[in-house]
Amino acid sequence: MKNNKDVKVALIGNPNTGKTSLFNQLTGLKQKVGNYPGITVEKKLGICKLNDSVKAEVTDLPGTYSINPTSLDETLVLDTLLNEKNNSFPDVVVVVVEIENIKRNLLLFTQIKDLKIPTILVINMIDQMKRKGIDINVNELEEKLNTKIVLASARKNVGIEELKEVILDYKKLDTTSIGKITDKIDKEYFTKLKNAFPEFTLYKSWLLITQNNEFEFLNDNQKKLVLKFREDLGCIKRYQHKETIFRYQIINNVLKSSFKIDKSKASDLRGILDRILTHKIFGYVIFALILLFIFQGIFDWATYPMDIIDGAFASLSSWTKSILPPGTFTNLLAEGIVPGIGGVVIFIPQIAILFTFISILEETGYMSRVVFLMDKIMRKFGMSGKSVIPLISGTACSIPAIMASRNISSWKERLITILVIPFTTCSARLPVYAILIALIIPDKRVLGILNLQGLTMMALYLLGFTAAIFSAILLNAVLKIESKSLFVIEMPNYKIPSLKNIFYEVVEKTKAFVFGAGKIILAISIVLWFLASNGPSTFKNSEQIVTSKIENANLSEDILQKKVASFKLEHSYIGYMGKSIEPMIKPMGYDWKIGIALISSFAAREVFVGALATIYNVDNDAENSGTIKERMAAEVNPNTGKSRFDFPTGISLLLFYAFAMQCIGTLAIVKRETNSWKWPILQLVGMGILAYVSAVLAFNIFS
Amino acid sequence: MIKTIANLQIGEKAFIEKLCLDNIPLKLLEMGCLPGIEVQLIQKAPMQDPLYIKVNGSHLAIRRETAEKITIIK
Repeated sequence: MKNNKDVKVALIGNPNTGKTSLFNQLTGLKQKVGNYPGITVEKKLGICKLNDSVKAEVTDLPGTYSINPTSLDETLVLDTLLNEKNNSFPDVVVVVVEIENIKRNLLLFTQIKDLKIPTILVINMIDQMKRKGIDINVNELEEKLNTKIVLASARKNVGIEELKEVILDYKKLDTTSIGKITDKIDKEYFTKLKNAFPEFTLYKSWLLITQNNEFEFLNDNQKKLVLKFREDLGCIKRYQHKETIFRYQIINNVLKSSFKIDKSKASDLRGILDRILTHKIFGYVIFALILLFIFQGIFDWATYPMDIIDGAFASLSSWTKSILPPGTFTNLLAEGIVPGIGGVVIFIPQIAILFTFISILEETGYMSRVVFLMDKIMRKFGMSGKSVIPLISGTACSIPAIMASRNISSWKERLITILVIPFTTCSARLPVYAILIALIIPDKRVLGILNLQGLTMMALYLLGFTAAIFSAILLNAVLKIESKSLFVIEMPNYKIPSLKNIFYEVVEKTKAFVFGAGKIILAISIVLWFLASNGPSTFKNSEQIVTSKIENANLSEDILQKKVASFKLEHSYIGYMGKSIEPMIKPMGYDWKIGIALISSFAAREVFVGALATIYNVDNDAENSGTIKERMAAEVNPNTGKSRFDFPTGISLLLFYAFAMQCIGTLAIVKRETNSWKWPILQLVGMGILAYVSAVLAFNIFS
Repeated sequence: MIKTIANLQIGEKAFIEKLCLDNIPLKLLEMGCLPGIEVQLIQKAPMQDPLYIKVNGSHLAIRRETAEKITIIK
């Protein structure tokens, strides 16, 4: 697929400039994202066909206001542009600016231009020009900025073909920078800098010495020189300030004659909406109502497709069994692989619905208002207003949520956010909750409209958030980390969300889940099936043993079969594993069969349901029918004669799954994002203790 | 008394003082919050923090601690 003729394109721009819309228009569904462990590419990549023979590999870099990073995702942008040996180093940079905020947006453009990488300027959202009373002189702008300009409206698919043509001709782009800023700041100083690094462009050298981090691509000599220049910190800081002021002067001069805006056309819709949405009472009420709507909606809507998927995979499993000749392979397929895939597919409705909501809130610009409203409150818990979005995303999946914390600039606030995210009720917990709630909570309505099961689900969500908040308070008091933090957020204009952007966002997140975390779930299901259908010598002779034991009784073939199957499960490898942990889990009210489910859901909690399906499927081999729920409800506790999944056991299980850290994927991502094993281990142990203690307490209180 | 952005009333406008350049964090400068430029307080979050300002065409929210460092003149 890749050849030398491919052009590497990097899309760069401020947040809220429509950069993502442009990326979606250029690449369509030919996108891939490395969101999950194993495929640790952190950039969004896509392929775009420029003409019949040339393709472009387009990278969508995180939105940033300047090339000087203040958070991890902005650091990615700088790294991409400085390291020429990196294989994602662009041949051409496309800077996306939004017409209304062109002045501020151009700052980043002038910085990139100084790196002397071929740069194209895309002025986006030109469809708004008339309404906002904006008039621009493109030719004059092109001349003054030494660049090619493409006017576009990415959402309306305007200017995309023209952009492709300009990208094809990138070698003809003018790479001279705009104005000699370095001369204005301190000619002598920058001459010295230039002579120290003759191999780099001057602005690149300047960026190398102004950052705090170490650049791996430099050789020892260069590293030493960089450190020497960094010694004069006061001077660097002063010059960075001067640099910014000169850049704004240049931009103001450029725009003075080529960009005009008729202020009388400005509407005050934004002002009105802001006054309502950030109001000290209505603001919170509206936010709470939106959350309530999302959560109650998720539970109600997602159950329909989930029941259908659950039923469909149950019938697919028995159908597979009925048409294939009996044997190990058929069993593997019908009892291991098919339910395993079902266990992955069943999450799609919830993940898709949740991310649809989240991306609508982000697209409209409402999320920034939530950050604004919540910042002071979140700071009391050691977090930032920006932690709200990761915490809400955590209700879909912790993995993308933890990655969404990268824009928090204070390390302490970010770390606490990362550590408490796994308490939020992720969609992997939902099937566990759903099945347990259906078993122990009656399907009644209270107050006429509210569904009791839905309310329980809501309570579990609140429990997750409460646990997150309390552990954040604890961490905030315990962690002694000094970190400088600067909190600046842009309050973008309100926008009608683009269906296309939402669609791609949802597809991307769901795809990443299915192919990333889904692999773990499928693999565990297969291993589990193997462990359940194989065992030491007693297992192999189970038929004989069972028959000899009940020699004298006159049992029907059917019941005999069941007895054999149950004996087999007990003496399989997994049976022994479950039995060996039984003393430990007994205080929580569980038997060895639930123990099996616990062991297998250690790596991914959603496997719980699949594991029970496998266990009871093997168990009830003779009558291969019914959904997992029906089979669980039929299970009886031999000690009490009551249902196995009665109220105390159910509550105990719900609490255990609410608190325990059972997700390998999350642990791996925390290790990667914090660059240390210390934090994931803290999560695993701390959450494990909380889960165990509260499950034991709950079981004893309710029995 | 030295006045800062944190002292503004909702809707009130003022100019950022030229001398306070060193107190403004680089990121804020880069987002358009420059000395000599007019700044307007749009809204305060509940509990008076953060502050929602309009400066140089940008709509930004900053924390009170940052706002207190930026002096203004009428």
